Amino acid sequence: MTRFGSSPPLRGYYFGLIALLYLPIGILFLFSINSNTILTFPLQGFSLGWYEKLLASDALLRSARNSLFVALGSSFTATILGTMVSLLMVRFDFRAKGFLVAMSVLPLIVPYIVLAVALLLLFSVLDIERSLFTVGIAHTVVALPYVLLIVGSRLAGFDVSIEEAAMDLGADYPVTLRRIVIPTIAPSMVSAWLTAFTVSFDEFALALFLAGTQPTFPVYLYGQLRFASRLPIMVALAVLMMIGTLTLVLIAERIRRME
Amino acid sequence: MTPSLPSPKFKEFGGGVPKGRRGRGLDRRAAFWFLYIPPLFWLSLFFLIPLFLMFLYSFRADMRGSIFASWQPALDQYIKLSSTASYWRLLGVSVLTAFFIAFVSVALSYPVAYFLAFHARERFGFYLVLLLVPFWTSYLLRVMAWKIMLGTEGVINSFLIYLDVIREPLTSLLYNRSAVIVTLIYVWIPFATLPILAALQRIDISLFEAAADLGARPLRQFLRITLPLSLPGVFASFFMVFIPTVGEYVTPLLVGGSSGMLYGNIIQDFFTKAANWPFGSAMSMVMLAGTLVFVFFATRIVNLKDLLE
Repeated sequence: MTRFGSSPPLRGYYFGLIALLYLPIGILFLFSINSNTILTFPLQGFSLGWYEKLLASDALLRSARNSLFVALGSSFTATILGTMVSLLMVRFDFRAKGFLVAMSVLPLIVPYIVLAVALLLLFSVLDIERSLFTVGIAHTVVALPYVLLIVGSRLAGFDVSIEEAAMDLGADYPVTLRRIVIPTIAPSMVSAWLTAFTVSFDEFALALFLAGTQPTFPVYLYGQLRFASRLPIMVALAVLMMIGTLTLVLIAERIRRME
Repeated sequence: MTPSLPSPKFKEFGGGVPKGRRGRGLDRRAAFWFLYIPPLFWLSLFFLIPLFLMFLYSFRADMRGSIFASWQPALDQYIKLSSTASYWRLLGVSVLTAFFIAFVSVALSYPVAYFLAFHARERFGFYLVLLLVPFWTSYLLRVMAWKIMLGTEGVINSFLIYLDVIREPLTSLLYNRSAVIVTLIYVWIPFATLPILAALQRIDISLFEAAADLGARPLRQFLRITLPLSLPGVFASFFMVFIPTVGEYVTPLLVGGSSGMLYGNIIQDFFTKAANWPFGSAMSMVMLAGTLVFVFFATRIVNLKDLLE
């Protein structure tokens, strides 16, 4: 295939675009280790002071903990529910299947702003106070399609005759699920869980509407944007979280590729 | 990536299961309900019903009384919406903006996908991860990074002043529609690359050899083979950027200012500051209906399976 040798123009284009993509992220990083509160050239000096101040900011750390709580709860719920839908989608035939699958995938398509105000209406009709739980519920709904896509495609590639063999040998269906099916799709469930976790942890559009008095980290960050002097601390925390999220995503990808 | 669904399927609960022992079908039937009820309950309560409530609410004439107060279905909100030209204009501007953003994102991503598919070779994995890392970093943060870049005390201005290109900071960089467009294109590029890449990777290499044997030059090969065969990926990529961009309200909120507002920002206003929920609901219904109609036609052009990969 001599045709596909190296192509300097395409290569240059790729690296040019990569440089542009990393520039703002690099700027953010610079901002977090810059000693001044505004980032102007030439740089004034470097310090890790913002990272120290970060550990002293209670409200900030509390919002990070809130996000962690929401992300753990919603990703766990979404993984369980999404796996259930995946099993139904790939292994069962029933009349309402198209309806259930469509309803599970639609949150990908419905604009977040629409879902946000619709849930706002629901919670006010039910007289439910907005809280971390209401944010978590919304995140479960939007994370479910990702779980369905990841677990469903794994399940579709898994030979059904293994299940049939287990049942021939006397296992009932729940035992087959527990001993054969779940262990086989476990890696994709972990990968789906990590994806759902990162979706929730980063989510702002829904959380802004549905978080009550306890802000998640993105909501808190947004509220602090008005105060220029607080910005570098926010960015410092954001850089730490970025590293955390990246680690999770890379682990999720690894697990997905291992299969 | 995904093989097609396995052919031997349980036809119905209990069907396809060996008939050896009694009660097997019952196991499977019980398992079915166990798997079916929780997601059905969750999605109905927290997805379908809220949208239906919004639909009902959009037919209220006003916000008087509690949310359970009796009311007559009325078209007031829709009449007000359709008779106010500025809302339609904003909706049109939002659709056009999203169209433009999707178009540019796809155009900029295509060469990257082409490079990854045909020229990256053994470093493919590394180059792909390098492209996706910005996409995996916090969305709000990337938008914020652009605020820091474009602001009057921002990076671009201070850098230009430092270089003596300008004396006074440029105020036209931030808080307008261009800032929204630049930021969103930046956000979408890695994402837009993926469906195109998937389509390019599906092309059978031997087609190029055949074309070369028959005397087609590289440009002709590209125009007659690569481009047509990658079109499903191009469309998928376009839709995957277009759909979420139409409903976008966060980026305009951060970098758009009042002149960069999109339709989603008005919906947000009616549910917060302006506190006119029935009208906000009507606006949301218009957006929801528009999106669903668009997706319906999009799935006629693009195979849904390509989109979901």
